[in-house]
Amino acid sequence: MENIIEYLKAERAQDWRAELRKSMKAKERTSRERVQMPEEDPFVRNKSKIEVNIGLTAEAAVLEAQRCLDCPDPTCITGCPVGINIPKFIKNIEAKNFAGAAVTLKETNALPAVCGRVCPQEKQCEIVCFYTIKLNKVPVAIGHLERFAADWERNSGKMAIPETEKANNVKVAVIGSGPAGLAAAGDLAKFGYDVTVFEALHEIGGVLKYGIPEFRLPNELVDTEIEVMRKMGIKFRVNFIVGKTASFDDLKKEGFQAFFVGSGAGLPRFMNIPGENYNGIFSSNEYLTRVNLMNAADPEFDTPVISGNKVAVIGGGNTAMDSVRMAKRLGADESMIIYRRSEVEMPARVEEVKHAKEEGIIFMNLHNPLEYYADENGRVKSMKIQKMELGEPDASGRRRPVPIEGSEFIVDVDTVVVSVGVSPNPLIPAALSDLKCTDWGTIVVDKETMQSSIPEIFAGGDIVRGGATVILAMGDGRTAAAGMHKYIQEKIKAN
Amino acid sequence: MSKILEKEFFSKNVVKIVLDAPEIARSRKPGHFVIIKMGEKGERIPLTIASADAEKGTVTLVIQKVGVTSDKLSRLEVGDEVTDVVGPLGKATHLENVGTVLCAGGGVGVAPLLPIVEGLKKAGNRVVTILAARTKDLIILEDQMREYSDEVIIMTDDGSYGTKGLVTAGMEEVINREKVNMSVVIGPAIMMKFAALTTKKYNIETVASLNTIMVDGTGMCGACRVSVGGKTKFVCVDGPEFDAHQVDFDEMLSRLSAYQDQESAAYQKYLQTVEA
Ligand SMILES: Cc1cc2nc3c(=O)[nH]c(=O)nc-3n(C[C@H](O)[C@H](O)[C@H](O)COP(=O)(O)OP(=O)(O)OC[C@H]3O[C@@H](n4cnc5c(N)ncnc54)[C@H](O)[C@@H]3O)c2cc1C
Ligand SMILES: Cc1cc2nc3c(=O)[nH]c(=O)nc-3n(C[C@H](O)[C@H](O)[C@H](O)COP(=O)(O)OP(=O)(O)OC[C@H]3O[C@@H](n4cnc5c(N)ncnc54)[C@H](O)[C@@H]3O)c2cc1C
Ligand code: SF4
Ligand code: SF4
Ligand code: FES
Repeated sequence: MENIIEYLKAERAQDWRAELRKSMKAKERTSRERVQMPEEDPFVRNKSKIEVNIGLTAEAAVLEAQRCLDCPDPTCITGCPVGINIPKFIKNIEAKNFAGAAVTLKETNALPAVCGRVCPQEKQCEIVCFYTIKLNKVPVAIGHLERFAADWERNSGKMAIPETEKANNVKVAVIGSGPAGLAAAGDLAKFGYDVTVFEALHEIGGVLKYGIPEFRLPNELVDTEIEVMRKMGIKFRVNFIVGKTASFDDLKKEGFQAFFVGSGAGLPRFMNIPGENYNGIFSSNEYLTRVNLMNAADPEFDTPVISGNKVAVIGGGNTAMDSVRMAKRLGADESMIIYRRSEVEMPARVEEVKHAKEEGIIFMNLHNPLEYYADENGRVKSMKIQKMELGEPDASGRRRPVPIEGSEFIVDVDTVVVSVGVSPNPLIPAALSDLKCTDWGTIVVDKETMQSSIPEIFAGGDIVRGGATVILAMGDGRTAAAGMHKYIQEKIKAN
Repeated sequence: MSKILEKEFFSKNVVKIVLDAPEIARSRKPGHFVIIKMGEKGERIPLTIASADAEKGTVTLVIQKVGVTSDKLSRLEVGDEVTDVVGPLGKATHLENVGTVLCAGGGVGVAPLLPIVEGLKKAGNRVVTILAARTKDLIILEDQMREYSDEVIIMTDDGSYGTKGLVTAGMEEVINREKVNMSVVIGPAIMMKFAALTTKKYNIETVASLNTIMVDGTGMCGACRVSVGGKTKFVCVDGPEFDAHQVDFDEMLSRLSAYQDQESAAYQKYLQTVEA
């Protein structure tokens, strides 16, 4: 901790930062309005794949960067799970040194273009910005600025390839290519390891590819980052399920010294209510995978998807928002959220709820499904729902939804997407009987090093947390890479 | 990428291909399957590993042409590559010596039945195999089945080959004739439904291998779900084999038809492009 604070102080004391601070009065900075993110027209975008947020212009980014006070005690950093030096990158933007801003981001965050788009900033960095906590004003748009700097770098065509230490010829394996695995692979490569990433699907990226839709996170951007990682010498093997295609023992025989497991939360949950297996009822994973990974909506591609006119999506998280907005894009007249709590309790990013409303999504909050009914072909045609009210807070601290007896009614639907959560992917725990797991199926690790009960196996991301965020998964990947580095170096010394 | 090393047509619509896939060949057990995908725009389809050679690093698939992807696959030649092959997936068949096993395969189900018949025989069982189809041309893998079965009975709906009648008639005949300790049925859902009803009458433990629609094949999407004993199970990770007396075949039949209109339209369109 000490040296981080010292480092931040030293950085802040540099002449260019001191001059920037003096160049404008604090009063003037704080009296500015936060810039608005330009967005595509809601009724154009809800019929296409185009990204909703257009991105800030350089002028707007500089204006927004000027709002940041370059605080002596930058509380914003404490809200970022990977501890980005936020004032440093923002002041680089103010100084129009956009490349410098991008380099700063990459010091601690391997995928800033992704995080700038999908982090729940309002609950992480922006909630602890000086503006929020001391001035009671709208925070600096840290996420929008992060995205701006990362996009600027990508569009400049001069993506910096992070420097790697001299190759040490020690083989390490990363299992899963979601954000946790990619972050771990990036750092392990920087330490000089010979890194192979194994991925079960035919594409690299995990949820970034199969889950989060194009209109929020274009695939092209994930691919660019992966290209950079290839240039760092990282090898990728798709269509390879560790524990099935080859066992851990097979891989050890091939010389792998340590493993990072970032296998995610793969298993969709259903509600186990009558009729849930009728045609036209999907898990959000299936619905989104068909459209995002398999391109089912494009007639040129072989995978089909059924999506109707009246679509109900059950749940209130990011996955539910992505599904309900996707249904609209696939042509639904009515696309609605059915959520058992109220909007305050919704776990989705605030921006996604706002965008969904603008796009004409119907919100049936405080409602819960009880049963589905099908037509003569087995396709869902309607559902019974019940009204709920909020009772006492439960273990999660959120007020518990309580059914209102006698409030049941029937709604016509022809497609339903069940988005009530996922369980940890069981593939790795099933392949390793002596791996210590919780009753929920998450892997138990030491928080400092992410080491599991099997010394050479480390883990992070959703397989450890049960379900989290992109940036938390990446933070875990980095912590684990450091833990693995220490473990391997000690082992080498001992021999 | 997996290269096609051998290819052979068993009949007009059934083709065997041998793929270069050393890791899968080494890890696979009877009952396992792979998911394949061809080209950037292809879909992912499950196919049983009919046999494998760990030394040569090859796996053998037997594919029946029913739609776009199986047809495309049947048109690849030796030397061509299948873009994506992942596996082995699913739970391996539980193989032990129980005495006499009655195996019944119909239509698409004959290919996945082959490695099970082989495994059961090697485990020391007496294996009686029934191959059923609508008509003579659709009977496949007869020679391969004979190699590992003590007896093979052929049933056709129209009587053009073997005995005329449904698979269930053949099954009852065997059951009435000798002590059957276990049964394995694989085929169209409707056939498995009636085969299961038949063995249930005689209280014979029966395993069905379910061929539901799949996407990832790793337990991530739930497309393959079925009700077994009133509980939802994922065929790709909990199966593909289940206690046939517990499976809700009507639900499975309905779920299999979910994309029927789209698939047959796509197939018609595809056939026009290849025949043009
Ligand atoms: C639709 C959706 C929207 C979301 N939106 C947001 C958002 O806006 N903001 C946010 O912060 N978070 C969001 N999340 C959550 C976030 O995506 C996850 O927390 C994060 O992706 C977890 O990363 P991970 O690396 O642990 O796992 P994943 O991204 O799930 O990646 C795991 C990978 O491992 C592979 N794998 C599994 N087992 C094996 C094996 N045995 N061998 C080889 N490969 C294997 C899987 O195929 C997969 O590709 C969203 C999630 C979903 C589903
Ligand atoms: C675990 C498992 C193992 C399998 N092993 C084999 C195998 O070894 N050899 C083989 O030939 N097939 C096998 N199948 C079936 C195979 O996956 C399907 O035939 C294939 O997906 C069809 O794809 P398609 O694009 O060619 O046809 P589609 O266009 O998808 O389908 C064409 C028609 O066939 C019907 N159909 C689709 N899928 C199935 C199915 N699973 N069963 C019955 N009818 C279906 C549809 O209703 C449609 O009308 C297996 C399936 C599973 C789940
Ligand atoms: S990575 Fe996420 S939490 Fe950290 S600064 Fe960027 S937007 Fe904020
Ligand atoms: S707390 Fe807010 S104003 Fe202060 S440095 Fe961080 S982003 Fe800038
Ligand atoms: S095919 Fe996706 S869960 Fe079984």
